[in-house]
Amino acid sequence: MKDFSNKYIMTFSVVMVVSVAILLSLTALLLQPRQAKNVEVEKKMNILSSINVISTKTDAVEMYDKYIRESYVINTDGKHVEGVDPFTVSLRAEQKKPLEEQYLPVFIAVPDSGDTLHIFPLEGKGLWGPIWGYVSLKSDMSTIAGVTFDHKGETPGLGAEINTTEFESQFVDKALFRNGSFVSVMVVKGGSQPGSMSEVDGISGGTITSKGLEAMVYDGIIKYEKYLSQNRK
Amino acid sequence: MENVEKEPLFSAKYKKLITNPLGLDNPITVQVLGICSALAVTVKMKPAIVMAISVTVVVALSNMIIAFMRKAIPGRIRIIVQLVVIAALVIIVDQFLKAFAFDVSKQLSVFVGLIITNCIIMGRLEAFAMSNDPWPSFLDGIGNGAGYGLILIIVSFFREFLGSGSIMGYPVMEKLGLYNFGYEDNGFMILPPMALITVGLIIWVQRSRNKSLQETK
Repeated sequence: MKDFSNKYIMTFSVVMVVSVAILLSLTALLLQPRQAKNVEVEKKMNILSSINVISTKTDAVEMYDKYIRESYVINTDGKHVEGVDPFTVSLRAEQKKPLEEQYLPVFIAVPDSGDTLHIFPLEGKGLWGPIWGYVSLKSDMSTIAGVTFDHKGETPGLGAEINTTEFESQFVDKALFRNGSFVSVMVVKGGSQPGSMSEVDGISGGTITSKGLEAMVYDGIIKYEKYLSQNRK
Repeated sequence: MENVEKEPLFSAKYKKLITNPLGLDNPITVQVLGICSALAVTVKMKPAIVMAISVTVVVALSNMIIAFMRKAIPGRIRIIVQLVVIAALVIIVDQFLKAFAFDVSKQLSVFVGLIITNCIIMGRLEAFAMSNDPWPSFLDGIGNGAGYGLILIIVSFFREFLGSGSIMGYPVMEKLGLYNFGYEDNGFMILPPMALITVGLIIWVQRSRNKSLQETK
């Protein structure tokens, strides 16, 4: 390998870095609309999946318009906040605000069964990064009708199992309230008590993700406590 | 360059570039490169397969690009140049997965980014692409990617089968009804140490079958 002058090395690096930067920005810019569309469709699919409606990439937008009747933003007092689009509220940004100023989105769905379900978004921390999900509650505002969870980068086969149907289906029919007080749902390492109304099985090898998920459900729902008691039927 | 034009595209020598890494020159079991990701993505077969394909694409393309540029790359900054090429390719692959194969990109999550740190890629760039023409370098990349993928798939097959009782997500053990006879999945298989032990077993089998791989005292 021949020896190059310092000037050549400097020019080479600058040209290389600038051209790679241009290439990467172009790729990101050109693919951005497609990626944003994917994210929006996925969010709608997630919301639908929490009321146990299975949608595909192609019909998610249509199904969303069909089943989600109403959506609004409330505050921790359970009062409506006007002028904010609940679909675009970022919970991660909201969690950094003081509790009283946080926007809390609520989605109201009427699936084919005719029940009115309230859907609440959740956002928390797993082992490697953010985890999030949606919980839908029946009109008693305590019984879970369905949940859906997802994650940014949990370990495949371990923490990443939170978005599998086997894990999510355990939450159905669990009760968030016992004798009128909020108990949330516990994710138990080593297996839940059979017949328990507030425990589900944790994931082997995914204890930190499981605990993060438990905290996410608790912290997420407790903010809605006033709203839940005002709307309980 | 003249030699290359005389040589047919898939001559016996070039074919060896692809077949050798599958067996006697396997990047994981013989060169012992890329062990780290072999431990991380082999719990289930699906991510292992997508990872194998992504690594093959990245190693083949970066091998080719570096081989094209090799005479212009200053020796003193060659590692950084290699890293820039790899990182740029990985980011592009990641962006494309996010736009066109969103589900797959979600499944692989952080591991796509971690391809950058896969030692096989840098190892092949240093060992092969820096001193060979683009076409053989491309073949070498395909061969090494496939050799890596082969081990990944073997390891993930055993880990998923024994650890979760399924193959490609299909619950084999449950369908066979083995749980009714008291069979239980081996939870230890899910944990990273078992990947290392499985790779070790593969190396053992391979070495005991191939005399040429055994060190002479």
